Amino acid sequence: MKPVFTKTAGLTDKPTHYCPGCTHGVIHRLTAEVLEELSLIGQTVGVASVGCSVLAYDYFNCDMTQAAHGRAPAVATGLKRALSDDKIVFTYQGDGDLASIGIGEIIHAAARNENITVIFVNNAIYGMTGGQMAPTTLSGQKTATTPEGRSPESEGSPIRVAEMLATLDGPRYIERVSVHDQKHMLQAKKALKRAFKAQKDLAGFTFVELLSTCPTNWGLSPQDSLNWLSLHLSAAYPPGVYKNTLDREVQ
Amino acid sequence: MTKLLMKGNEVIGEAAIQAGCYHFFGYPITPQSELVAYMAKRLPEEGGTFVQAESEVAAINMVYGAASAGVRAMTSSSSPGFSLKQEGISYLAGAELPAVIVNVARGGPGLGNIQPAQSDYFQATRGGGHGDYYTPVLAPFTLQETIELTAEAFRLADVYRTPVVLLTDGLLGQMMEPVVFQQSSTPVQTESHNDWALQGTGGIRAPRSVTSLELNASGLEKRNLKLQEKYQLINQSEQQADVYFAEDADWFVTAYGSVARTALSAVKHARSEGVNVGLIRPVSLWPFPTETYSALCEKTDQILVVEMSAGQMIDDVKLSVNSSVEVVFYGRMGGAVPDPEEIFDVIIENAKGVPKK
Repeated sequence: MKPVFTKTAGLTDKPTHYCPGCTHGVIHRLTAEVLEELSLIGQTVGVASVGCSVLAYDYFNCDMTQAAHGRAPAVATGLKRALSDDKIVFTYQGDGDLASIGIGEIIHAAARNENITVIFVNNAIYGMTGGQMAPTTLSGQKTATTPEGRSPESEGSPIRVAEMLATLDGPRYIERVSVHDQKHMLQAKKALKRAFKAQKDLAGFTFVELLSTCPTNWGLSPQDSLNWLSLHLSAAYPPGVYKNTLDREVQ
Repeated sequence: MTKLLMKGNEVIGEAAIQAGCYHFFGYPITPQSELVAYMAKRLPEEGGTFVQAESEVAAINMVYGAASAGVRAMTSSSSPGFSLKQEGISYLAGAELPAVIVNVARGGPGLGNIQPAQSDYFQATRGGGHGDYYTPVLAPFTLQETIELTAEAFRLADVYRTPVVLLTDGLLGQMMEPVVFQQSSTPVQTESHNDWALQGTGGIRAPRSVTSLELNASGLEKRNLKLQEKYQLINQSEQQADVYFAEDADWFVTAYGSVARTALSAVKHARSEGVNVGLIRPVSLWPFPTETYSALCEKTDQILVVEMSAGQMIDDVKLSVNSSVEVVFYGRMGGAVPDPEEIFDVIIENAKGVPKK
């Protein structure tokens, strides 16, 4: 009998440690499926960052290194420059890692048009450390360090990374997607595929921001989290293609 | 062999290339900037990679990435920037990645100045970042020795899978001196990293990971024990020092790096005036050449430590002689460089306290 569905070869068999309802698992799987479908697993080296996804090196079925907090784009730069052109390098970073402590590294990797793919998981909060404010936390959103809600007067306003990076000449492809339902998951996968395909074709810097959930630290059920994502996070961070200078055949 | 007149910072760059380092990640800071510029020009000629990083922090993490792929990688800086690299050096040590980090040290603390200093000794020889680790530290005192120790730094890094620090200063970085590159004698990368480096599985082996993370306490303790075993082995095998006038000296001056040049001149001058003094010059600052000092304890009555700091290496000298010898200190700080006459005067003053044999 021909199997109609099998687990992707891009993931190991290790059970993930993610909380129930967290969409890291979905994003891992979409990434892994894309690597498999493009036949890239054996030539890929990933960079795990600091945060909930720090153990991603246990889950992705490819070579992985683990970077200091925020430094994944710099580590990926060193890796990519040391490896032959046929090797694929990606970073997998959360919003605390990428948009706060690592904001310098991401901007400069993008400006240099490093031929890497950045997977940016934005759930508007620090997950691993217990739900503190991230640079992406929405105005009014309550977190462990903004108990009365984030106030633009004292905590500033959310940073929209995709939009900001799109102002640079360097990057080739920047898209923001969501994973709150099946339709959006498929769109997310399409974006990831375009990004990895572009890297394979030596196009340059590609960046996919994925709006994600954190039921534990949002204090919501998994279903309510998906609803909150689609209602509030998507409104503050509109999905869409923010930059695309890829050749037509790559797209 | 052709003799070349080169600047210290450029010598390090050329020595690294000839040692098989084709990946350099730099950031400008005085007094090491010529090294960055040299690599920017030379590495593309050799088919290598030069990246001017956005920060010292990014540069050391680029080194971490390149080292993960198993290639010889280097970054350089001067004191304030060397501080910024400490997080990355700790990660390199934890993940057991080979790399060479150059510190062309300057006066501190803080922004300090751009004059030569030796006040980063503690930071360089005590790991510098968080966690239980050491990095081998090599301190050349001539530009010719800089060539040898740059190659040696890469050898140590590869053999022991550890970050290694080449510690010079603004004086050695900025001075010019004739040097000879003996191309055949500089070892290129000999250690194969095929058993751990990340280059993609190729679909023929299990995936690998490079990390310093170990959430389980007993697991992390085991990892630490393994690191400590490595440091013990380095300590036993890799101590380096030069001793001048060992045969007939009654007592010794000790100094490393640029100030050892000045101290050697002063020692020679003092000997010509009948003072029976020698010089101990540590070449490896970690591991500290304790065996050299303890071997000389019997015959020396006093050790005069000369540093361009408030007194940092003196702690290691005291530990090495374990109170059996009187240890005295002369230092200058903040980029002030003692001249030979100044050290000569200190030697003469100290010689009065040394009993005649």
